[in-house]
Amino acid sequence: MNKPGIRIQFPGLLTTIQDDGRIGYQEFGISASGAMDLRAMRLANILVRNNKDEAVLEMTLMGAVMTFTGSNTIAITGADQGAIIDGIKVPLYTAVAVHAGDTLIFGSAATGCRTYLAFAGGLVVSEILGSKSTNLKCGIGGLQGRQLKEGDELEFVNPVDEAPDPKRNLRDTPLSRYPDSNSQRILRIIPGPQAEYVTEKGMDTFLSSVYTVTPRSDRMGCNFDGPVIETRDKTDIISDGIPFGAVQIPSGGKPIVMMADRQTTGGYAKIGTVISVDLPILAQCKPGDTVRFRQISMNKAQRLHRKEQKQYAAIERKFTPLK
Amino acid sequence: MTDAKVLPRFLAAGDCALTVEFGNEISEEINAQVMALKKALTDGKTGGITEAVPTYRSLLVYYDPLQISYAALVRRIKKSLRYTDASSSGKKRIFEIPVCYGGKYGADLSDVATHTGLSEAAVISRHSAPEYRIYMLGFLPGFAYLGGMDESLATPRLDTPREKIPAGAVAIGGRQTGIYPVASPGGWRLIGTTPIAPYDPERTPSILYNAGDYIRFRPIDEAEFSDIRDRLAQNTYQYLVSEEVDV
Repeated sequence: MNKPGIRIQFPGLLTTIQDDGRIGYQEFGISASGAMDLRAMRLANILVRNNKDEAVLEMTLMGAVMTFTGSNTIAITGADQGAIIDGIKVPLYTAVAVHAGDTLIFGSAATGCRTYLAFAGGLVVSEILGSKSTNLKCGIGGLQGRQLKEGDELEFVNPVDEAPDPKRNLRDTPLSRYPDSNSQRILRIIPGPQAEYVTEKGMDTFLSSVYTVTPRSDRMGCNFDGPVIETRDKTDIISDGIPFGAVQIPSGGKPIVMMADRQTTGGYAKIGTVISVDLPILAQCKPGDTVRFRQISMNKAQRLHRKEQKQYAAIERKFTPLK
Repeated sequence: MTDAKVLPRFLAAGDCALTVEFGNEISEEINAQVMALKKALTDGKTGGITEAVPTYRSLLVYYDPLQISYAALVRRIKKSLRYTDASSSGKKRIFEIPVCYGGKYGADLSDVATHTGLSEAAVISRHSAPEYRIYMLGFLPGFAYLGGMDESLATPRLDTPREKIPAGAVAIGGRQTGIYPVASPGGWRLIGTTPIAPYDPERTPSILYNAGDYIRFRPIDEAEFSDIRDRLAQNTYQYLVSEEVDV
């Protein structure tokens, strides 16, 4: 008999195991990885009362089909990939009971790009270099350092067989809402560290134009098409560290926003950084979606960041079972 | 020399990271300042710093704005700079990297010899003479950006990069030299192979060296190459690291 867990019938396009990333190894050239949409990952975990940074499944554009070999509580967040069990739609942002024998089927994302699936008590995945996140380039983390494939089995650590209170949901809250049209999709940036590499006109172009996500976008970076940003000279710099959300300007003058699997260092000028509370919006963009960039102050951005972290803590308290 | 210190530039890198830039050139002095600040920030008790990534001339400091604001972090770093002295970094660690040069271990050694007008033996001896400073690690896990290669060895990269350079390859690309820690596409000229792995996720530490350390290449023959491989497989190989007090 199988140990309680899941068995993958169909892996979807790109399904990987991700937590909050491999922290502390970028100085050795090992990418951080971790969930692209950290907010959706955290809310999924909080809904099933996990540590908010526990490893979950990240499913890209088209999700997986899996059978449960034991009962547990799950939560689905991020993009709506039309999850069903027994023909019945599974609500997003809700703690849901699943039972041995159930088959959970995800389809294509109607809106958004990445769906997160958390299991109460977590999955049996060994930590490597302090994280369970899959790093596809190094072939480490997650399940054998690769995306999931048909026939993979993952065990539950401490499954929770319960009938969750229907009130344990985060449907239609500010944190679970994403802009649903191109016109509303705004990514706020803090200029720097190398904003001086573009001309004033170039910065104006960047902050006033519409940019389209191209198909050459992945977990490493989000490539944009749109008006060329005028630079003072070549944008080659002496290589330095690249933060999550850095807006790189390569020689062609079209921006690339560096994401979870970005290389640790690079030699293109970075003219700004998308603020942490707006990165989930970008993580949910698919090719063809458009965005606009706006400037925001450091103070405001850090206030928004702190506010979000406090909201997580507040929801965690709200969902704590009464003793 | 005066004791006056030029303050680095503090550059915003989003709301959770900060770039501290010490200059805009590749020099041992500037890189030593980067390493000294990294040591001061990560050895001490600076709350809120999650990690720090040193590169040629700057330090990218990741932090948690819930614990420390941008302004407070800049103040903290300025204070810390007053007490760090990059000129006395203390111990200098030198890692010995055994390399089997030429033949099937370094398919491009003869091309490098032809291009530089040197004999293969001269290329090997000039390549294994210096102590190379590890300015930074990046690009691949454990890929060391080395400084100090003899300029007479400079050879342009291949016009068409190889689809796969094996792990352990020692190569020259332009005026740089390096070791490929994992198999990767690349255009550098392969001059040799080391039996040791700069990166091994199963080993502790996974990455053999840190930015700021030094490496020296030691030429070995094929017999020693297989001997080291065997000892590595049996876990009896002793990595050679020497420590010198830097003056």
